[in-house]
Amino acid sequence: MGRFHRHDDGTVHAHDTGNDHEHEQEHATGDHSGYATGGERVEVLERIFEENDKTAAANRAEFAAAAVRVVNLMSSPGAGKTTLLRETLARLSGQVRVGIIEGDIETSLDADKLAGFGAEVALINTGNGFGGECHLDAPMVRSALPRLPLGDLDLVLIENVGNLVCPAEFDVGEDARAMVYAITEGEEKPLKYPVMFRSCGLVVVNKVDLLPYLGFDMEGFLGNLRKVNPAAEVMLVSARTGEGVDAWCDWLRALP
Amino acid sequence: MHELSICGSIADIVTRRAAGRAVKVINVRVGQLRQVVPDTLVYCWELVSADTPLAGSRISIEAVPARIRCRSCDQVTDVGAIPVFACGGCGGFDAEVMSGEEFLITSLELEPFFPDDAGLMTPHQGTGKEGSQGEVASS
Repeated sequence: MGRFHRHDDGTVHAHDTGNDHEHEQEHATGDHSGYATGGERVEVLERIFEENDKTAAANRAEFAAAAVRVVNLMSSPGAGKTTLLRETLARLSGQVRVGIIEGDIETSLDADKLAGFGAEVALINTGNGFGGECHLDAPMVRSALPRLPLGDLDLVLIENVGNLVCPAEFDVGEDARAMVYAITEGEEKPLKYPVMFRSCGLVVVNKVDLLPYLGFDMEGFLGNLRKVNPAAEVMLVSARTGEGVDAWCDWLRALP
Repeated sequence: MHELSICGSIADIVTRRAAGRAVKVINVRVGQLRQVVPDTLVYCWELVSADTPLAGSRISIEAVPARIRCRSCDQVTDVGAIPVFACGGCGGFDAEVMSGEEFLITSLELEPFFPDDAGLMTPHQGTGKEGSQGEVASS
């Protein structure tokens, strides 16, 4: 059986074993062991999110061409994104034309809750056969665009999949990132999920109607948030009672 | 578990850059702030690469710690295991991230031979003196 080897000049060939001494003298260099060592190394230096970011840029261009502002809204599951969106739609109705891109692993439950509030809703189910994606990425958002009449909208709110880790990694073409944090989650969350808290310009602190019952240390939380994102804007909100929701709506209206 | 979709992106890049050559190792540089769990990435790679031409290749991870530089006093600080983006010198929070956000494929290590089915090289019995198909531009 011939044995393969590679020379430093990149050539590859095989030797019969035993009787090719003359040939060997022609090639004093190279790996003649016959084993799979000395394989070629190819420099790549390519960003793994390159493809996602290209699509995000295309999304961003499309939003800009339609003069639509886009917010990527993120949170852990149960922090109150959908309730806040429902209250938001109720307040902006008739003033700001809103489209919603709703990311959900399996169901249309959240999209159903938002139906009837005058917004166009495009649902993306992120199920991928492995139990569902934990985030929206730029191609997923792109797939929803044909279902939104961008030319007739002023604002698109993207409700990301409830998760404090993965969504932070993916640019989807938004103008701004905001997160909903509920005080039921504990004061230390910014330290545990610094990438998420760092990636957002605004942190909506939700469920403040529960403050009297929880012993929540607001100063401790804000201190932790400042440690990872000193520039973050903070709003105290209760989507349930409506407290602070007007300020959030003003923030949306004032998006540059 | 965004490692799964990340592996899909890695497979696309590797397939394009390997151009049909068999891949042994994919060297990936991951910054501490990238939230990629190395073991999960390695495991997901097995799932994603199975039954593809990349099956049998493995991901090798080079971790890069997070460092910040203070805009006020210029001090460089390691961010640490519990990330706090405060300057170790003056305690200020106005700092830029110097490293820790990397996430790229740095290089591929290819098998030393072209795959048999590429038609460029097949094992052969011979005297060793006749030119084989693979012996192009031999020195």
